Amino acid sequence: MKKLASILVAASALVAFSGLAHAEAEKSAKPVGFSFEGPFGTFDKGQLQRGYKVYKEVCAACHSMKFVAFRNLADKGGPGFTEAQVKALAATFKVHDLNDKGEAVDRVGLPSDYFPSPFANDDAAKAANGGALPPDLSLITKSREGWHGTFNQLVNGIGGPQYVYSLLTGFEKEPEDVAKDKPDGKYYNPYFQNGIWIAMPPPLSDGQVTFDDGAPNKLEDEAKDVAAFLAWTAEPKMEERKQVGFEVLIYLAILAGLLYGVKRKIWAAIH
Amino acid sequence: MSGPSKYQPTTALGKWFHERLPIVAFAKDHAMDFPTPKNLNYWWTFGGILAVMLVVQIITGIVLVMHYTPEATLAFSSVEHIMRDVNYGWMIRYMHFNGASFFFIAVYIHMFRGMYYGSYKAPREVLWMIGVIIYLIMMATAFMGYVLPWGNMSFWGAKVITNLFSAIPFVGTEITTWLWGGYAVDNPTLNRFFSLHYLLPFVLAGVVILHIWALHVPGNNNPTGIEVKSEKDTVPFHPYYTMKDGFAIVVFLIVYALFVFYGPNYMGEPVNYTPANPLSTPAHIKPEWYYLPFYAILRSIPNKLFGVLAMFSSILILLFLPWLDTSRVRSGKYRPVFKLEFWVFAAVCVALGYIGSKPPDGAYVLWGQVLTVYYFAHFIIILPLIGLLEQPKVLPNSISDDVLAHSTASK
Repeated sequence: MKKLASILVAASALVAFSGLAHAEAEKSAKPVGFSFEGPFGTFDKGQLQRGYKVYKEVCAACHSMKFVAFRNLADKGGPGFTEAQVKALAATFKVHDLNDKGEAVDRVGLPSDYFPSPFANDDAAKAANGGALPPDLSLITKSREGWHGTFNQLVNGIGGPQYVYSLLTGFEKEPEDVAKDKPDGKYYNPYFQNGIWIAMPPPLSDGQVTFDDGAPNKLEDEAKDVAAFLAWTAEPKMEERKQVGFEVLIYLAILAGLLYGVKRKIWAAIH
Repeated sequence: MSGPSKYQPTTALGKWFHERLPIVAFAKDHAMDFPTPKNLNYWWTFGGILAVMLVVQIITGIVLVMHYTPEATLAFSSVEHIMRDVNYGWMIRYMHFNGASFFFIAVYIHMFRGMYYGSYKAPREVLWMIGVIIYLIMMATAFMGYVLPWGNMSFWGAKVITNLFSAIPFVGTEITTWLWGGYAVDNPTLNRFFSLHYLLPFVLAGVVILHIWALHVPGNNNPTGIEVKSEKDTVPFHPYYTMKDGFAIVVFLIVYALFVFYGPNYMGEPVNYTPANPLSTPAHIKPEWYYLPFYAILRSIPNKLFGVLAMFSSILILLFLPWLDTSRVRSGKYRPVFKLEFWVFAAVCVALGYIGSKPPDGAYVLWGQVLTVYYFAHFIIILPLIGLLEQPKVLPNSISDDVLAHSTASK
């Protein structure tokens, strides 16, 4: 078993030196905790529903979410809307389509539709946003990292949801030493990954979104709820993944135990 | 394989078949009866682990191809389709993606085991060289596979690596254009990488068969590095090593599963969840972790052509290892100076990987150069000299003697 331990140590040493990332944001993300962290963490359905509301009322004005369909909102391991609710939610969106004569029409959204993008294309989105492209939000929590360090990320995760939370709550008055460099139409945000100046104006404020369940709606609450919602859109099968993983590990552990017992027994006569 | 086959067909049909195609005898000789030194430790289980990982990658890969679209405007969304809509698609993709990393973890342990115990020395030079070719094919396969999701690091990684060929004098630009299938990394590049990424694993499987063939001619090396002298030194492969390897494989799979299910994106690069964008360069372009030591060597040389040459030489030099090591003694266990230097070399490789992950400025450049020099000096100067100057310890008489000495010592 000592040798086995050294195999594991060697493997983890190799892993430990895997792709180190570099600090690009001025500040690491705020280490706020979420219900879906850890090996048994699950999404908080109420939080996802509130986060959806923040997305719909605020983010969706500029950001697309191309890979998520309305039907996904009723999927297992998600926000837990009922099918009837999803139908009603989808109907609040207008979707471009063709009618049976081949003419372009706007019709009400159906559960099978993907979230319609707010702009016709990337160029239109840039033109409307001072030259900056609002990124698609489907995968935003997997395409951003909140902090760096090989060991740090192994223990604390990559910090994507924390990045989103920190960015939304991280708008500050610019410090005096950089104030003179402030570009027109940009805002100071030390959590932004591409330097300190971001084209997005502060999108959320205290009390901006009123939640149906009466949950608190300070800026921090709204940011946390929408960060959780976007963690779900990026990894909608997370709950299934952890559950299957648990079963796989139990199976493999029993199998390893049996194999070790057999191995010991047949080798006993050799040594 | 020594001696005649122990396989005796018992039925008339078995006998009839055996006379026409003795495949059952072949399988029994090589997968069950094969005499294997009885003192192999757990470092020897990584060969079997690698075979399992190759099979895992091929099976998950074939399933992924059923749902993936190798077209520049659709590749990224087809991967998301796999992650979101295909039943257990997330699991197949995370297994394949992390499988590549664990394949390399296993191959690095396997290679360092070979170096420590002198498994490349006569009569196993061809076995070792086939292994180096397997490693090269693995690297090419993994690189092309990383391009397929068509994320932004896929795109820029493909661009940087294919651009290396432009350093070739006179025809470099033409070669790069030929590799791309155009004047930039684009849909034709993705298509051909997909084609080759599907082809190479099967080439790999073929070369693995050669590797095992070349192993079964001289038989396994072992921790003492001395040859098998009598049947007392060996045990049949089955059940002794099928069970020992089986246990090690399952333990390896447990670590693999921990990442697949609980940290599936840890080995990855977040930027690659952004679709490929030729107009947006990632802040730090870097390859997957398993290439980082070679990437560090590439960047340590200020001249592009010589950097590329150094990088390829750093891998190809392994082909000459059997002749660069001048020691008469095989196993590092009995070579006090080599043993120490081996760990220094291993640390240098890991440190080069660390440098490769850092931006190429400041002290990282200097350290990268120092470590690059050491890397080559290890093969060209240090190893040959240690072999000549070192006084090895006394070797045991036989594998059996060594096993006996250890088991009485521990009792």
